[in-house]
Amino acid sequence: MNRYTVAVLVRNQFGVLNRVTSMFRRRQFNISALTVSETESAEFSRITVVFDGEETYKQQLINQLYKLPDVCSIKEFTADNSISCELLLIKMQNDPATRDDIHAAAEAFHAATVDYSKDSFTLRLADDPRRVDDFINLMRDYKILEICRTGSVSLEKGSTTIRQTINF
Amino acid sequence: MLLSGADILVKTLIEQGCDTVFGYPGGQILNVYDSLYTHQNEIHHILTAHEQGAAHAADGYARTTGKVGVVISTSGPGATNLVTGIATAYLDSIPLIAICGNVPTTQIGSDSFQEIDITGVTLPITKHNYFVGSVEQLADTVREAFTLASSGRPGPVLIDVPKDVQIAKCEYTPKQPAQAEKPYAAKDIRIKEAAEYINAATRPYIYFGGGVITSAAQDEMLQLAEKIDAPIGCSLMGLSGIPTDHPRFLGMQGMHGHYASSMAMHNADLIISLGVRFNDRVTGNRAKFATKAKIIHIDVDGSELSKTVNAVCGLRGDVKLTLQGLLPLIKQSSKSDWNATVARFRAEEDDYLDNREGLTPRRAILTLNKHLGANTAVATDVGQHQMWSAQNLSFKSPRRFVSSGGLGTMGFGLGAAIGAAFGTKERSVLVTGDGSFGMCLNELATAVSYNVPVVILIMNNGVLGMVRQWQTLFFNKHYSNTVLDRKTDFVALARSFGADGVAVSTAEQLDAALATAFEHDGPFVIDCTIDKDEFVLPMLPPGGSMDDIIVKVGD
Repeated sequence: MNRYTVAVLVRNQFGVLNRVTSMFRRRQFNISALTVSETESAEFSRITVVFDGEETYKQQLINQLYKLPDVCSIKEFTADNSISCELLLIKMQNDPATRDDIHAAAEAFHAATVDYSKDSFTLRLADDPRRVDDFINLMRDYKILEICRTGSVSLEKGSTTIRQTINF
Repeated sequence: MLLSGADILVKTLIEQGCDTVFGYPGGQILNVYDSLYTHQNEIHHILTAHEQGAAHAADGYARTTGKVGVVISTSGPGATNLVTGIATAYLDSIPLIAICGNVPTTQIGSDSFQEIDITGVTLPITKHNYFVGSVEQLADTVREAFTLASSGRPGPVLIDVPKDVQIAKCEYTPKQPAQAEKPYAAKDIRIKEAAEYINAATRPYIYFGGGVITSAAQDEMLQLAEKIDAPIGCSLMGLSGIPTDHPRFLGMQGMHGHYASSMAMHNADLIISLGVRFNDRVTGNRAKFATKAKIIHIDVDGSELSKTVNAVCGLRGDVKLTLQGLLPLIKQSSKSDWNATVARFRAEEDDYLDNREGLTPRRAILTLNKHLGANTAVATDVGQHQMWSAQNLSFKSPRRFVSSGGLGTMGFGLGAAIGAAFGTKERSVLVTGDGSFGMCLNELATAVSYNVPVVILIMNNGVLGMVRQWQTLFFNKHYSNTVLDRKTDFVALARSFGADGVAVSTAEQLDAALATAFEHDGPFVIDCTIDKDEFVLPMLPPGGSMDDIIVKVGD
């Protein structure tokens, strides 16, 4: 089982996210994280998909994506050739006994405190998804009230862009 | 020129070379029907009895002509009635455009009368679909739909056109018919790889499907077979791809395939598969499927390569162009040992053939063969009669077997046979069962209205024969809800629709009835009595392998 990150450039049209996710559902592709946003061009949206599986599973997912007419380009990312980043918001119980330990960990991970109340505080971390996992695992020793994470976004290192490989 | 959306839609269809459409009117598509009235000298609309029949007719038209079939319906129930027809076309990769009306854009999403989210409903059963939000997009959307439906691996495309978009006006400039995307051959490196495997093979078997018919690769395939001295088999969708009596052709393989064809595939050391997708009805138990063979797979749809069975060499590209690249790299060779083995399989198959006296299913189809012209299209419904047809029909030209292979749609046949008659401009044939015919017989009205020459052969056994066969073999003869024993008099029924017909119960009567039917002006029904306990054989039990093949009853 490997973890794969795939960026998909799609035509920025009504319902395009539905087309992509509907295909994942009906072909039983299990997705770990999915983000979608506008891009440098109003013509395109960009979807980043993270999933676990074997090589054939990944290839089948990519092949099926290519069959959707709205899909313009697909890039597969590895840890070596890309930068990935994910945003985490984590709400912790504000307990005087653990507060200092949590803040020490937050400082080590460069997580910022973005909300504070008598009973809780919320930390924000933007980092590589694996670092986000590490931080959450660390926090499990304390009382986590709520977690929200965005899923990974990725760009290729260097000047290459996904639009250079568009195939219509 | 400033035109309404409805006029633009119809003019764009005409511009794209479409001269025949099938459909059924209704409230939210009225404007388009008004435009069809205006343009009735340029585009012929066939009114069916039901939208499903219209979709199957457009499908049958597309299968027999290779052109894009077009079906039109209103919103809501009209649109949902198309769904089975669209799904049938999707599973068999048939180019089809479905055009539906919808409520005005201002009412979309408010659960208006006859409003349905048909783009949502058809998302998984179309290559792509469009909701046309403004009249300015309409003409180009239709053009893009024609390109998409016919490019690469063909398939259905749906266009949802709200009422206000049909009414609104904009400038229309005619354009040339849209071209399908240019086909391409597989990569040279893959072709070289494939050639090495083929040149090294001692027991090659060529296995083709609908993709060979779509890309018209018959000649190249036969050249390859001659060069490497290989037998040829096919999937259900490949039938009619090459003449049935071609000396290298072993027939369909798979669950109810020809014994020799399935045995040759099972014993081959290389399966050269062309435009197929290794469906479960073809492979049975995949772990035991063709274990002695390496598989080379050429398909225009890359996602089919190694989807269900692993290919040592997967070539994404048009079958015809890829074979053209491959042929010069192939060494001429003769394989007498392998062909002797194949000849032995053929001889064994001859021993298993059903040569009983009387009106057996096989004899019924063989009798039909005597009456078929070189260009006659034969449609089927789904069930035992479909398999008997697939096993025993004799084809002379491609695109003349019209059958729902992937979805297995009972009720497909009559609409499809009507569409096929319009497509070929010739008499067509429907082979059906009493169960399947009961699902679609309303289209007899269409056949009568347009005086469509269609010979309808009902293999009437009073039961749902294929399900009954499974119940006999695997469910302790618990004939749960498969005994129809209805009192329908199909000949009287045909007459009540304004057609004619005759009931037969012997082979001689059938022969005479077919002679009458093939001379008859308009649709003709033959109610042919078949014993309810006839089996389709051979049979590979579901999930089984060639070791489990049943060739005779009592095995």
